Amino acid sequence: MQELWFWIVAVMLAVYVVLDGFDFGAGILHLFVAKTNEERREVLGAIGPFWDGNEVWLLAAGGTLFLAFPKVLAAGFSGFYLALWLMVWCLMLRGISIEFRSHVPDGLWRHFWDGTFAVSSLLLPVLFGAALGNVVRGVPLDASGTFGMPLWTDFRLGPQPGVLDWYTLLVGLFALATVAAHGSLFLAWKTEGPVHERSRGLAMNLWGLVLVLWALASLATFLVNPRMLQNLMKAPMAWAATLIFLIGLALVFTGIKRERFLQAFLGSGTFVLGILAASAACVYPVMLQSTLDPAFDLTALNASSSPHDLRAGLAWWLVGFPLAIGYSAFLFRFHRGKVKAAGEGEGY
Amino acid sequence: MGDPLFWHRLQFGFTATYHYLFPQLTMGLAFIIVLLKALGLRSGEGRYNDAARFWIRIFGINFAVGVVTGIPLEFQFGTNWSSFSRFSGGVIGQTLGMEGLFAFLLESSFLGLLIWGEQKLSPKGHFGAALALWLGSWLSGYFIVATNAFMQHPVGYTMAADGSIQLASFRSFLLNPWAHAQYTHTMLASVVTAAFVVASIGAFWTLKGLHTEQARLNLRVGTILGFIFSVLVAFPTGDLQGKLVAKYQPITLAAMEGRFESGPRAGLTLVGEPNVARRKIENPIKVPAVLSFIAYGTFSSNVKGLLAYPEDQWPQNIEMLYYSFHIMAGLGTLMIAVMGLAVLLLWRGRLETNRPLLWALMLAFPFPYIATTAGWAVAEFGRQPWLIYGLFRTAQGGSPTVHAGYTAFTTLGFAGIFTVLSCLFLYLIGREIAHGPSSHQA
Ligand code: HDD
Ligand code: HEM
Ligand code: HEM
Repeated sequence: MQELWFWIVAVMLAVYVVLDGFDFGAGILHLFVAKTNEERREVLGAIGPFWDGNEVWLLAAGGTLFLAFPKVLAAGFSGFYLALWLMVWCLMLRGISIEFRSHVPDGLWRHFWDGTFAVSSLLLPVLFGAALGNVVRGVPLDASGTFGMPLWTDFRLGPQPGVLDWYTLLVGLFALATVAAHGSLFLAWKTEGPVHERSRGLAMNLWGLVLVLWALASLATFLVNPRMLQNLMKAPMAWAATLIFLIGLALVFTGIKRERFLQAFLGSGTFVLGILAASAACVYPVMLQSTLDPAFDLTALNASSSPHDLRAGLAWWLVGFPLAIGYSAFLFRFHRGKVKAAGEGEGY
Repeated sequence: MGDPLFWHRLQFGFTATYHYLFPQLTMGLAFIIVLLKALGLRSGEGRYNDAARFWIRIFGINFAVGVVTGIPLEFQFGTNWSSFSRFSGGVIGQTLGMEGLFAFLLESSFLGLLIWGEQKLSPKGHFGAALALWLGSWLSGYFIVATNAFMQHPVGYTMAADGSIQLASFRSFLLNPWAHAQYTHTMLASVVTAAFVVASIGAFWTLKGLHTEQARLNLRVGTILGFIFSVLVAFPTGDLQGKLVAKYQPITLAAMEGRFESGPRAGLTLVGEPNVARRKIENPIKVPAVLSFIAYGTFSSNVKGLLAYPEDQWPQNIEMLYYSFHIMAGLGTLMIAVMGLAVLLLWRGRLETNRPLLWALMLAFPFPYIATTAGWAVAEFGRQPWLIYGLFRTAQGGSPTVHAGYTAFTTLGFAGIFTVLSCLFLYLIGREIAHGPSSHQA
C-alpha cells in the first residue's frame, strides 16, 4: 500500500510538471518568440484555457502527499520555509500577470505584466529543480524528523548545506532548460506565423542544451549520491523509466525534423515523465534523505499514514484521477487546432 | 520577535480571512449565473444572457484573486503548522486532496469554457459550463468546510500507535453533522453576498440613469434573492449553528454571549460590553430567557457561564468573540430588514423611484462581507485554545524549526502583496462597472 502511494504521489507530481511545464516554458520564451502585442496575445491565448487547470495539479499532488505522507510534507515544507514561500509568491505573481494583462488595453500596463510573467515563469522551474536536487542530495533531518535550512550557505555540499548549492542549482538549470524546450514545442505546435517560426527555431537549440545539461546533471547526481547509481542498476522500474525517456527524446528529435510538432510535444512530455519516474525509482523508498544519518531518513515505509487512511484515499483517488485526466483531455480536444490571437475584447 | 505561535496564527488568520473575501462572492455568483443562464434559456430573451455575461466578467477577475490567495493557504499547513499536519494529515489530507482532484479541477477547467466558449458552444452547452462551474465551486466549499468542521467537532477518527490520528470511519468523517450546518450556513451566506453585490450595482445604475433594462433586472434579481437568502441564513441555519455550538462547544457559547454566571432562564444580551477582568458584562440590555430558548429549545434551560469552566479551557479572546458574534447577528437582522423593505417596494412597483432606499442598497454591499468575516472570527477564535476541538491544542501545532522572524517576514510579505492585489482588484472591477454590460456578444 505504501509503495502504491509513493507512486501515486510521484505520478501526480509528474503530471503536474508535464502540464504546468509547457505553460512555464511558454512564459519563459514569450518575450523572445512574441514581439508584438498581437503575438503575445497569441501565446497567452495558447496557454490561457489550460494554465489554471495545470496549476491545480500541484495542489492536488500536494493533497495526496499530505494525506499519504504527512511527515514528509511537514518536514519538507517547514524545512524549506523561505524557499517555499519564494516559490508560492512566484506562483501568485504569475497567475496575476496572466489574468490581469489583457484586461487593460494599455502598452505600459501590458509590458509590465509581460515582464513579471516572464520572470516568475523563469524562477519557478529553477526552484522546482532545486527542490528535486534537495531530495536527491539529502537534507539535515535529525532524530526528531525535522530540519531547517537556510536558502544558501557556501554553495558547497556537506552535512549542513543550503537549499541552493552548486548541485541543486545545476538541477535547477536543467529543469529550466527542459521546461523551456518543452514549451517551445507546445508553441510550435499551437501557433502559426512568426511565433511558430521563432519557437521552432529555438526548439532545436534548446533541446541541444537539454542534452548537455542532462549529461552534466546525471554525472553530478551519481557523484553526489552514489546510491542513485546503485539503485539505477538494481531497479527494473528505473530501467523502464530510462527506456521511456529515451523514447521521448527520439520522438522529440524526429518530430522536429519532420515538422510534426504534436509528436515532438508528446515526446517532450514523455521525456519529462520518464526523467521523473527514473528519479523516483532511484530514490525509492527514501522520500527525504538525511545528510546526518541514514537512520533518520523519511521513507515511504516509515512516514506514511495508517493503512486504513491509505485505503480510504485510494478509493476516491481511483475515481478522481481518471476524471481529472478526462477534464484535461476534454479541454485539449475542445481547444484543438492552432490558436488565433484573440481580437481585442473577445472572450469577456 | 517573540512567540513564533503568535506569528503563525496571525499569518493563517490574516491570509484565510483575505482569501475568503473572494470565494464568498464567486460561490454566490456562480449560483446567480446559473440562474440567469437558465432564465435566458427558458425565455430566449437576450437580457438574461447580457446580465450573465457581465457577471461572468466580474466572476473571472474575482476568481483569479481567489485562486492566487488560496494557494498560500494550502501550503501553510506544511510550512507553519507542521506538527498539526503530522498529527492529522491522514485524516484532513483526505478532504484537502479530494478538493484538489474533484473540485478545483472542475472549476478551473470549466471557467475557461464559460469565458471563451460562448461562440463555440450551443446555448445549452454554455449553460452546462455554468452548471459545472457552480458544482465545482460549491464542492470545493464542502470539502474545505468539512475540513474545518473536523477541527470544530472531530468525528470518525481514532488514535494511531504513533500518537497521530487516523480515520476510523470515512463516512462519519465526511458526513460530520457539524459540516452540514456549517456548509449550509456558509453557502447561503455566499449567495447573500452575491445578491447584495448584484442589487448594489443595480441600484447604482438606476441612480445614475444608466443601462435601464439591466439596472432593473439586477435590482430585481438581487433584492429577491437577497431577501430569501438573508432569511435562510438567520433561520434555520444560523440558529442551527448556534445550537451545535451550545451542544458541543458550550464554553464558546458562553464567551460569544459574554456570559460569566450560570443559571436557567438565561437572557439574550442585545448590547453591553464584556469586562473580562471584572468577570461581568457592563451596561447590558437583555431579553430575558431568550438565550436559553435559542440554545436548548426551552426557556428554563440552564446555560452555563464561563466561570463554570476551568480558565485554561476558555477561548483566549473573549471580547473578540463577543463583538464578532453580535456584529454578525446584528447585521443579519439589519440585512433582512433592508431587503424585506426593498422586496415590498419592488412588489408595489415603487423601488426604482425610491431614492433613499436605492442609496441604501447601493451602499449596503459591504454588510455581508463584514458579517461573514465576523462569523469566521466567531468560529476560529471560538475554537481556541484548541486546534482540533478537545483533542489537540493550538499551542502544539506550530512548526518547530521555523523561527518567529521567518514567519514575521513572510506575514509582512503577504501584507504587501495583498495591498497591491487589493488595489489592482478594485481598479479592474471599477473598470468593468464603468464599462457596464454589453448588449451583444463581445
Ligand atoms: C452573510 C453572512 C452571515 C450572516 C448574516 C449570519 N452569519 Fe453566522 N456565520 C457566517 C455568515 C453569516 C459564516 C461566515 O458563514 C460563518 C463563519 C463560519 C461558519 O461556519 O459560517 C458563520 C458562523 C456562525 C456561527 C459560529 C459557528 C462556529 O462557532 O463554528 C454561529 C453560531 C452563527 N453563524 C449564527 C448566526 C446567527 C444566529 C445569525 C443570525 C442572524 C447569523 N449567524 C447570521
Ligand atoms: C474552512 C477552512 C479553514 C480551515 C481548515 C482553517 C484552519 C485554521 C488553522 C489551522 C488555523 C491556525 C490555528 C489556530 O489558530 O487555531 C486557523 C486560524 C484562524 N483562522 Fe481559520 N481555517 C479555515 C477557514 C477560515 C476562514 C475562511 C477564516 C476567515 C474568514 C478563518 C479565520 C481564521 C482566524 C482569524 C484564525 C486565527 C485564530 C486565532 O489564532 O485565535 N479561517 N484556521
Ligand atoms: C483555510 C482553508 C482554505 C484553503 C487551504 C483554501 C485553498 C484554496 C486554494 C488552493 C484555492 C485555489 C484553487 C485553484 O487554483 O483553482 C482556493 C480557491 C477557492 N476556495 Fe479556498 N481555501 C480555504 C478556505 C476556503 C473556504 C472557507 C471556502 C469556502 C467555504 C473556500 C472556497 C474556495 C473557492 C470557491 C475557490 C475557487 C476560487 C474562487 O472562487 O475565488 N476556500 N482555495
